Amino acid sequence: MTPRQRLCLFAVAAAGLAACYLWAFAGLPGFGSYPGPYGPAIMSRVIAQTNATGAVSAINFEYRGFDTVGEEFILFTAAAGMSVVLRRLRGEHEEGAREGQSSAPGAAASRQVPATSSSVRVVSLLLVGPTAVIGWWLATHAQANPSGGFQGGVILATAFFLIYLSGEFLAFRRLSPVALLDVAEAVGAGGFVAVGVTALGMSLPYLYNYLPLGTIPGAVSSSGTIALISFLVGIEVAAAFVLIIGELLDQSLLRREGSS
Amino acid sequence: MQVFPFLVVAWIVIVGLYGVITSRDLIHQIVCLIVVQSSTYVLLLGVGYVTGGVAPYLFDISPHAKAVDPVVQALALTDVVVEAAVTALLLSLAIQAHKRFGTLDPHELVELRG
Amino acid sequence: MTPNAVMDVLQVTVLVLVAAGATLVVRTRDRVRLVLVLSAYGMLLAICFFTFQAPDVALSELTVGAIALPLILLLAIAKVRKPE
Repeated sequence: MTPRQRLCLFAVAAAGLAACYLWAFAGLPGFGSYPGPYGPAIMSRVIAQTNATGAVSAINFEYRGFDTVGEEFILFTAAAGMSVVLRRLRGEHEEGAREGQSSAPGAAASRQVPATSSSVRVVSLLLVGPTAVIGWWLATHAQANPSGGFQGGVILATAFFLIYLSGEFLAFRRLSPVALLDVAEAVGAGGFVAVGVTALGMSLPYLYNYLPLGTIPGAVSSSGTIALISFLVGIEVAAAFVLIIGELLDQSLLRREGSS
Repeated sequence: MQVFPFLVVAWIVIVGLYGVITSRDLIHQIVCLIVVQSSTYVLLLGVGYVTGGVAPYLFDISPHAKAVDPVVQALALTDVVVEAAVTALLLSLAIQAHKRFGTLDPHELVELRG
Repeated sequence: MTPNAVMDVLQVTVLVLVAAGATLVVRTRDRVRLVLVLSAYGMLLAICFFTFQAPDVALSELTVGAIALPLILLLAIAKVRKPE
């Protein structure tokens, strides 16, 4: 099928898709007039039931915790899948290197790798500390502010990326060994499920909030399992992202070690 | 203003799909998939918006104040982070295709059709 | 102007920018430029989510769409680049 034919077919399909979209949107209540019962129902009950002031995180980790377990395992599987897909690549590449092809470490040593500029190195290294603190704070304050395990975990991973960006790739590798990251990711994902299963063991529904709810709504020690689950999710997301970047960086490691 | 955000969502979906179909580079195709997925976030938040509502955090508002819907925000929130990991997996598949076939042009990757 | 009208104008402006940003991302063919345009699009989306009264989602989109995702893309591009 030539590109022109493909484009014509797409035009027809897009017209049909647009027509269906417009028909569906005509049935929506209109932007800004959300009628549904769930929003006001949750907002009026969240402090009484969970002592958390962050309604979005309360929904994520308590009211709809079941969905969040599934999403977290998507993340887990994607990181594991990357290790599986790219590991075979590394084996093939190393074979080629031994036969003296153009991407051998010897050839890599003679490649001109531009050094990282000093301003980038200084700024990145200075920002590592504050970024890690902010990520940690976000992951542990899910019940109070617009924060939560997912955002905090990504920012924690960004702290590791900054170490790489400042040119210290080998320091990045030493600070994030794959074994430790695997354990951290497993602790995060398994911990979430363990918290839910412990509720089963106490003859309560799965993922029921059984820890003490605290007295002040929105304090760090309030809202029971929400804080604990958010912390575990933060660890898991950070480990998954650092693993993903580590997998993609291993190719450069093969070249860098020849040149540095 | 009643339907404008939804029109923007439809536009983003169609533009993204156009990019996927007319792309000559697997990396560009994956980025267009990211664009299509971002339209669903705008749609989710647009459905839950309440005119004159505030963010659904009860730190300083009463539980009966007019706030936007927090349920769709929770859905969009986990979606955003999970999308990045799935995109990374797709990119690793593209890297493997490049190593195996030497090209990232979808028009030339005919061997994948079995 | 009433606060609702100000909010409306803000949202319409940002939505038009988001639609333009999506078109730009699709029309960019060079790989490295694509990464930077995607990062800018992520920041635009974060602003759009702010105007929809969703600070949590905006924070997630900012960290993921403007930082982590372009970094992952850049590393993948470096991996498939032909050695010079």
